[in-house]
Formats: sequence, C-alpha cells, structure tokens
Amino acid sequence: MTTWMLRRLIQAVFVMLAMTVIVFIGVNVIGDPVEILISPEADQAERARAVIALGLDKPLWEQYWRFLLGAVQGDLGRSFVFNEPALKLIATRMPATLELALTAVLLSIVIGIPLGLYAGLKPDSVTGRMIMGTSILGFSLPTFWVGLMMIMVFAVQLGWLPSTGRGETAELFGVQWSFLTADGLAHMAMPAFNLALGNIALVLRLTRAGVRENLPMDYVKFARAKGISPNRVVFVHVLKNIMIPIVTVVGLEIGGLIAFAVVTESVFAWPGMGKLIIDSINVLDRPVIVAYLMMIVFLFIIINLLVDLLYTVLDPRVRLETKE
Amino acid sequence: MGIARSAALAWMFAGGIGLAGIAPVQAQTLTLAVASAPTSVDPHYHNLAPNNSLAYHIFGKLVNTDATARPQPGLALSWKAIDPTTWEFKLRPGVKFHDGAAFTGDDVAYTIARVPTVKNSPGSFLLYTRSVTDVQVVDPLTVRMKTRAVTPLLPIDLSQVYILPKGLGAEPSIEDFNSLKHAIGTGAFRITSFQSGDRAELVRNDAFWGAKPHWERVVYRMIPNDSARTSALLAGDVDFIEAVPTSDLANLRRDKRVALSEAVSLRFAYVLLDRSRKGAQPFVSGPNGEKLDKSPFEDVRVRRALSMSINREAIVDRVMEGAAVPTGQFLAQGNYSHVPDIGVLKYDPAGARKLLAEAGFPNGFRITLHGPNDRYVNDEKVIQAIGQMWSRIGVQTKVDAITWPSFIGRASKQEFSAFFVAWGTSTGEASNPLRALIHTFDASKGFGSANRARYSNPALDAIIERATAITNDDEREVVLMEATRMAMADVAMMTLYQQKNVWGMKPNLRYVARADEATHAADVTVAK
Repeated sequence: MTTWMLRRLIQAVFVMLAMTVIVFIGVNVIGDPVEILISPEADQAERARAVIALGLDKPLWEQYWRFLLGAVQGDLGRSFVFNEPALKLIATRMPATLELALTAVLLSIVIGIPLGLYAGLKPDSVTGRMIMGTSILGFSLPTFWVGLMMIMVFAVQLGWLPSTGRGETAELFGVQWSFLTADGLAHMAMPAFNLALGNIALVLRLTRAGVRENLPMDYVKFARAKGISPNRVVFVHVLKNIMIPIVTVVGLEIGGLIAFAVVTESVFAWPGMGKLIIDSINVLDRPVIVAYLMMIVFLFIIINLLVDLLYTVLDPRVRLETKE
Repeated sequence: MGIARSAALAWMFAGGIGLAGIAPVQAQTLTLAVASAPTSVDPHYHNLAPNNSLAYHIFGKLVNTDATARPQPGLALSWKAIDPTTWEFKLRPGVKFHDGAAFTGDDVAYTIARVPTVKNSPGSFLLYTRSVTDVQVVDPLTVRMKTRAVTPLLPIDLSQVYILPKGLGAEPSIEDFNSLKHAIGTGAFRITSFQSGDRAELVRNDAFWGAKPHWERVVYRMIPNDSARTSALLAGDVDFIEAVPTSDLANLRRDKRVALSEAVSLRFAYVLLDRSRKGAQPFVSGPNGEKLDKSPFEDVRVRRALSMSINREAIVDRVMEGAAVPTGQFLAQGNYSHVPDIGVLKYDPAGARKLLAEAGFPNGFRITLHGPNDRYVNDEKVIQAIGQMWSRIGVQTKVDAITWPSFIGRASKQEFSAFFVAWGTSTGEASNPLRALIHTFDASKGFGSANRARYSNPALDAIIERATAITNDDEREVVLMEATRMAMADVAMMTLYQQKNVWGMKPNLRYVARADEATHAADVTVAK
C-alpha cells in the first residue's frame, strides 16, 4: 500500500515537471506578454525597461532554470499582472471556486442519484420517461446560455435571486466562505445549479444504467427470494454495486469543475480561479499559468488516488496492486 | 394556512422583491459595476485604465482633466513655465490626506521620486515623470520641477500621476497597498476593502477639499462579462454601469428602467497599410494571385482609393449601432487641436476604382486584412465590413481576425500588410498620436513607439518635433493642426470613427459622460 502511494506521488512529480516545460514553451510561442501589458503609449525605452523588469530578456532555458530553483523553495514566481506571488493569488481565489464546485457536485449527487434510481426502477412510467427526456437537455444545452437565461428569468424578470457576484462571507478555519451566510447561498444558487446541470444528467443516466444492469442479476433474485425488504435490496445491495462507475465519473468531474468552471464564473462574475486562469492566458501572465496548471495536475492526481482508495472500500475484490 | 392564501402570500413576496429590483436608488450607497478589474490598489504599479479609474477615487493628482480631457486645477492651483526647462506649480492649501497629514510640496517630491522605484511594473508611470530631473520644494505650497528638455506637456503628463504621502516611507510595497495599509490619499473617498477581481468598497472622505460627493458609500464591483453587467443593471443589483455593450444599446435606449449617458471618446479606430517594405508585400498579390514585386501602398492614390471605398457612416450605423462617430482625423469636434477643415472622407467607390486604375491597378489586387477579434468593441465585425467594401472596388479581401496576444506580437514585427487597430489619445491633443503613430520610428528619441506600419515622412517629422517643443498652447495648436492636415493628406493612416463611451444607470441618476472612458463615482448625481 505504501509503495503504491509512493509510486503514485513520484509519478505526480514527473507529470508536473512535464507540464511546466510544455507551458513555458507554449507561452513563449504564442506571443509577447510585454506587448500586451504595457501601456500603448509606452515608448521604446519603457518597453525595454519592462522586458528587463519581468525577466523576459533572458534566454528561455535560463528563465526555466530560475523558475525551477524558485519552485523547489516553494516560490512559483510573481504574477506579471498583479505582482503578487502566483500561489498566493490562486490561494485567495480558491475558496470561491471550491465552494461552487463542491456545491455543484453535491447537487449532482443529491439530485442525480435519486432521480436515476427512480428512472431505473420504473423505466416505463411517465415520470421515469420524463426524467430521462429532461436529462438530455441537461447535457446538451450550453452552460453560458443556460446561465444567461437563468439570470434573465430569476434575477431580471422575477427578481428572486441576485444576478451576479458572490454574496457575503463568514469565516471558517481562517478562510472566507459564502455558503455560511443566507446572502451567500442566494448568490450561489444559480451558478452552482448552472455548473451542476451537465453533471446531474451524467450521474442520473449512469445510475439508471447501473440499476437496469443490476436488477436482473442473480444476487438480486436471491435477495428477494430470501425475503429481504425491497428498500434494503435497492438502497444497500444494488446501490453499492453501481457505485464504482459513479464514483469514477464524479471524481473526474470534481477535478474538471474545480479547474475549469470558467464559463459559469464569467457569466456570473464569480471571483474564482477559473476566471483567473482564462484572464491570465489572455494576457500571457506566465507565472500564474504555470502555477495554476501545476496545481491542477496535482489536484487531479490526488483525486485519482482517492478514487482508487475508495474502490477498495466499495468493492472488496479490488486490489490496488497485484501481489507477487 | 390554506394553499390559496400561502400562494397569494408567495406571489406578493415575489412581486415585492421584483419591485424592489427596479426601485430607484435609496439612501446614499452607490453600487456601480466596471468592465475591467484593477490589478492593484497601488496607483504607480501599472498604467492601466481600470487601475487609474479606481485610484482616482482614493488619490489626488496635481492636474485633473475634465470631461473633454482639458487640464483643470487639482492639487495644484496653477502652473506656469518660468523658463524653457522649469515648471512651477502652486499647490492648493488646506488639503489633508486620509490619515490627517497635511499635503505639501514634500509629498510631490516624494511621489516623483517613488515612481521609478516601483518593482516589476509591466507598465510604469516613468513615462510621465522621466523628463523631470529635479523637484525643488521652494515653500510648502510651491514646487519647481526642472526637466531634461523642453517639456510643454509636463502638466498633462502629471495629470496621470497620483500623489502619495511622504509618510509611507522608503519603498512601500504593492502588498501594502493591496492590504490597504498604505492606501492613503487625498481623494473624495477612502478605500475600506479590496477583493481583487470581485469588488472594492469606498466610504466618503468628509475632509475632502472639493465638492462633497452625494454618496456615503460606494460598492465598486467588477463585472467584465458584458451581458452579466447589463443584466445586473436591469435586475437592480447595481445602480450604474460603464461600457454598455453596443448590441444592447438599441433596446436600452427604449427601456424605461435605464438611463444612458454618452460622450464621444478619445479612442479612434483606424486601418494601417504596411510601409516598412517597398518590395513585395506578404499578404498582397495580383488580381489572379500572381506575385507583385512592388508594394501598391507606396502610391498615395492606392491609399486614398482604399480609404474612399470605406463607407464610414454605414459602419457606424450598422456595425457600431450608433455608438461611434465617423472621423477623418484623430480628435473629435470640440477637442483641442481638432482641425475644422478636415471632414470625413466621402464614400466614393466609383472614384476609388478610377484612382486605382490611374495608379495601374485596373483589375484591383488581392489583400488580407488582419485585426484583433477580442480587444476592441466590434473589432471583428468592422474588419469584415471593410473587407466587403474593399472587395466591391475590385480589391479582393480576405479577413483574418486573431486573438489579441498573437495579433499584437505579429503586428509589432511588421508581419501584416493591412491591419485594424484603435488608439486612445489620452492627453486629449493631437501631439499624442502624431508622436506615437505618425512620426518615424526612432528608438533613441522615443518617437513612433506605436508606429507599427513604419510610416515615415521626414518633412512631417520635422513639424511634429517642432510642435512638441512649443509651450504656448495656442501656438502649439496651430502647428499640430498643420501636422494633422499633412498626415491626413498623405493618408498616413485611414481613420474610421471615434468610439462613444456609454454609461447606463438607474433613471434617477445623472452622469456627465467623459471622453476618457473613466468612471468617477463622485460625479454620479441624483436628478432633482
């Protein structure tokens, strides 16, 4: 078990290094950060000064070497745009994205699994068919359109919910969270639902497929024959067996939501990391791009690790590594 | 309670909230939304419009600019050039910083000395203070600045530099500004919170030297997405927005929930033809695709034909939806150094064809027009319109709209043959575009820094250099007008239109629209 975890972590380091090389080369090829950041009126002397100030006058390999030296000390560079440490910049925006993404995941589990179970248990009923039909809309409607429609209906016309932004926050463990206040929850309702829509549909359909697959199986027949209550058959036995694909997908989705909730964050002016990364890419703020992508790679690896560990809990037949 | 009753209550509740959404501004808190987020509270860190906009609320400047970009007394009551390289500023008495310290000439000296020491600035304010070699504090309310060379525009340059109190010490860091520890200025508001990328909160400074703003509290929100910003205004979540998207203008003009305030901007859009090569152009070929050995743009008739074939009125009307004004020069009517006898070039496709034939291109030629697709208002659509207009006179045009980081890098390396850009004349006079765009590229003297097409006219250069050394405003205006006439006659660039800056607000608010695109909360007033 420990060797397995160690192997995974070493793999993580290699993937992160490869990522940094790709980003350095990629950003260098796209364009010139100085040209973008500098005032249009700056003359040639000012441009030269800015190039030196941002360290872009040195050859690429030397810039990369300096970056590595800083990275081992925990300093991933200062943002060209904000002149703050890139990691600190990401850390200040992370709570906003985290709470949005985790709420979206919670919504997709809480709404998707029960609806999927119902659709799987009663596939030919009117409600069952309606659920499946609506789920198609869930993953085919574009996120930004749904978001704008929700703002138009709930904020502009009905006035029930605030249109954009993050609400008031309260502190927990030294970090500001908005789910702790009623105003914060009101602001989070639409963006979280917007983000969750695609996932709800996904989890719903997976659950239904799993239920349909498992219901005719022998162990279910045996359990019923034994006289176990239908509730227990479904919620304990069938549910446990369909969890593996759902956990895999939810795990992948958590990573994706945290990393790339850009569209929702833009439409709802949610001050999170997604917006930070897309803005940084647009102005070629290389330190932030590198730091962000390194963090995301690390996050995905940790999530995959946790998902693998969860498999062993859900299914005792799964072994993490083959024993010699 | 019964279903009907609870339903009725629910409807009333929803209706009440709905009404509250469009209620007029109450109390004295103004919630406004800007279109770009400031990157820092430090006023000297980055010369960026959103940073300068926020800084205006908190800090003061020696020289302010009014809605038409003309200089007005700020922290300096008056200024004059006592000799060609010395400017004397008389400072306003009785001004206090937010921490109670009195404003004196020492603070001005401290500020000018601090600007060059800001670390890692991607766009430094040195641009404006570089010419100052020495600041002499003659008495607490009089400051003399010695400049390296004749700098007639020093007061205008200083209208971009915010004054900091000398009590901040040796090297105040950007973190100290962002944490608000050092965000101490002489402005109409004090900043009480700053969440980067989300919002800032300002409270009124009751000890402010100028007119007391109506607002006790300002919530300064940042909503870069156009639709989100407009929805926020319509939903009543914000009271005032800047940069109303042109696609919404037609509807908002009719909407009773919104009042608009418009002004012609200092920003104008133009098309440049590459003059860095006299030989073959990379994106130009003959009418049947054959290679052309000579650049067609060296002939003024070709340039004029291309300019005449652009229907500026149609672009303004259809593409910009009325949020622009056609122009034939750098500045709009009413601005200093606007030339009254240069009108908008008449749309004349027949005349353009004739000129092209005269110049040796009876069958036109092929060209690719480049431009950004995510930088300026409707940039993509404008270049498509121009492409169609050129194609009508026989110049078969392909259009390539590229994302800004890539576009500006390539344009700066003279990789394009024809491209579309815009320029903001921040000083409000023609010397600004003449110096940066029209003058020959000269790194040693700092001329032509944005002259990406490398246009070069030595006779015009001499006039421009003469103009930038004249301190007397009236004399300078004459020479600037002469230079503008010469540049336009030689088709140094094809100016298309001046943008309009549009602000949207609740119907009971008023704002005097500004040419420099800046949003000043203190100038938002309540209609009587």
